[in-house]
Amino acid sequence: MLEVSRLSIGFRRPRGLWRREVVPALRDVSLRVRAGEVLAVIGASGAGKSLLAQAILGLLPPNAAMSGEMRFQGAPLDAPRLRGRRVALVPQSIAWLDPLVRAGRQVEWAAGRAGLPAPDRAPAAAAALARFGLGMAAARRFPHQLSGGMARRAMLAIAALGEAELLIADEPTNGLDPENAARVLGHLRARADAGRGVLVISHDLAAVLPLADRVAILREGALQETAPAAAFQGNGMALASPYARALWQALPEVGFLPAEAG
Amino acid sequence: MPVSAAGAAPPVLPPLLAFLLRRLLRLALLLLCVAALAFALARAAPVDPVEAFLGPAAAQVGPEQRAAIAARWGFDQPAPAQFLHWLGNALRGDLGESSIFAAPVTQVIGERFAASLALMLPAWLLGGALGFGLGLLAGMREGGWLDRAIRLYAYLLAALPGFWLAMLLLIVFAVWLGWVPVCCAAPPGLLPEQVSLAQRLAHLALPVAALSVLGVGPVALHTRVKAAEAMRADFALYAMAQGAGRAEVALRHAARHAALPALAILFAGMGELFGGSVVAEQVFAWPGLGRAAVEAGLRADVPLLLGIALATALFVGCGNLLADLLAQAVDPRQRGRA
Repeated sequence: MLEVSRLSIGFRRPRGLWRREVVPALRDVSLRVRAGEVLAVIGASGAGKSLLAQAILGLLPPNAAMSGEMRFQGAPLDAPRLRGRRVALVPQSIAWLDPLVRAGRQVEWAAGRAGLPAPDRAPAAAAALARFGLGMAAARRFPHQLSGGMARRAMLAIAALGEAELLIADEPTNGLDPENAARVLGHLRARADAGRGVLVISHDLAAVLPLADRVAILREGALQETAPAAAFQGNGMALASPYARALWQALPEVGFLPAEAG
Repeated sequence: MPVSAAGAAPPVLPPLLAFLLRRLLRLALLLLCVAALAFALARAAPVDPVEAFLGPAAAQVGPEQRAAIAARWGFDQPAPAQFLHWLGNALRGDLGESSIFAAPVTQVIGERFAASLALMLPAWLLGGALGFGLGLLAGMREGGWLDRAIRLYAYLLAALPGFWLAMLLLIVFAVWLGWVPVCCAAPPGLLPEQVSLAQRLAHLALPVAALSVLGVGPVALHTRVKAAEAMRADFALYAMAQGAGRAEVALRHAARHAALPALAILFAGMGELFGGSVVAEQVFAWPGLGRAAVEAGLRADVPLLLGIALATALFVGCGNLLADLLAQAVDPRQRGRA
């Protein structure tokens, strides 16, 4: 469904008075998301995960330079036409909702952006919110009056409006209690099981492992490896890269195995 | 002490009412300070009120008569006593008699203020709307050519002296092109009821244009900064990820976020607007409050001068109060905070 090949992103910045230099942020990243699967991209902060999402959505900052190729459903990825309709984003925090606009209103606007005709927007927004357990009372609130879990569900409702084929979730469990986190992850899994592609971006390997089919490990802008989720078990010997193994072994659940020879 | 009394306001009051009460008390205190200061300045000015009252007739009046007039007006009393006397009258709504208009000060201010308002209100609305629109356009495409052009325009306007711009407009549109009349609020020689609406509007056009153009600069620059900031915010990125274009993000999100500072600037700028109207009324010979202030100053009409100082302070204070009330209405996060 989504194929990213040899994607590199750098930031141009002035150096000295006249010259410019490009600071690399993402180097030669290749990955693919298939229909019906959840691909988790794991990396520490600064590894370039969010940049990957912005590149797919065509929303890189103006001073970013990009090279490489991205294809969606077999055709070159045309982000401005896909955004909100065929590719949807679930952002990482409540700060991505406009603080001055009531939550329900923002969902209605999103419905318009997803291509719904004007008379259908309000009912579609109400239905989407209801699907995630949010009623009229929640819709009338401003974002700062919502809990973290409610805000995340509102953003999931926005992503569900357009019946997008590819869903990109940025840190979907950030700041959520276990119950709400499980609810969000369950929904993402259900979307994949319904035949859509889901790209989960996270720093938390343990949280997304139960949901992911495959896991891509990103470190300092470079892809270490992409492994099936099943490879993360035992002492991690099924993993190819030492970094992925170290990440796995560092999890408390695995028991802090001492890193063996690097 | 009125301030401590407001601070100890019982919490049973709704927040908005408590806020209003506190602000109104503060406004009253401000007016008292302005009154005292203006009175002190008028007393310190090298102006002999008796001389100013007599005008050219001063030469025919002897010293005894002058002393009699001064005593009749209470000039033989110490300044604080005079101030309290004036303040007492002012509280009862009597601001004295204007010597140059030969009418009660309250009446002169009322008439003149209405004329000024006819000039200032359209200029204020026009300048605000234009400034907001330009600022939003510039902020929508920060760093683009349109942004640069609008910024240059705004800086230029902010740097231009108002009277110079007013005269330039007069030369071009009234003298060269002859589109609009050169001066005044109505054609000379006509009674107020003989002036048609079209004539009124024609006389209004140029002063309003000059005054509103002056208000555009600051509003545009403040709107631009806030709009550009909103366009870079996460919620703008999210809106675009949902498929919104830049124009939609600007109109729905950035405009909302920029409205608050723009309104604050607009209302807080009512003082500047008044200052600008003094100049504009002078250049266009508009019979408003600003022109009356200049005449009162030049011809030593102390009661009128004090009255205008009070009226202006009240006007500006109300503007600031309105700005704060609107801020609460626009931003849900500020509601309930005083």
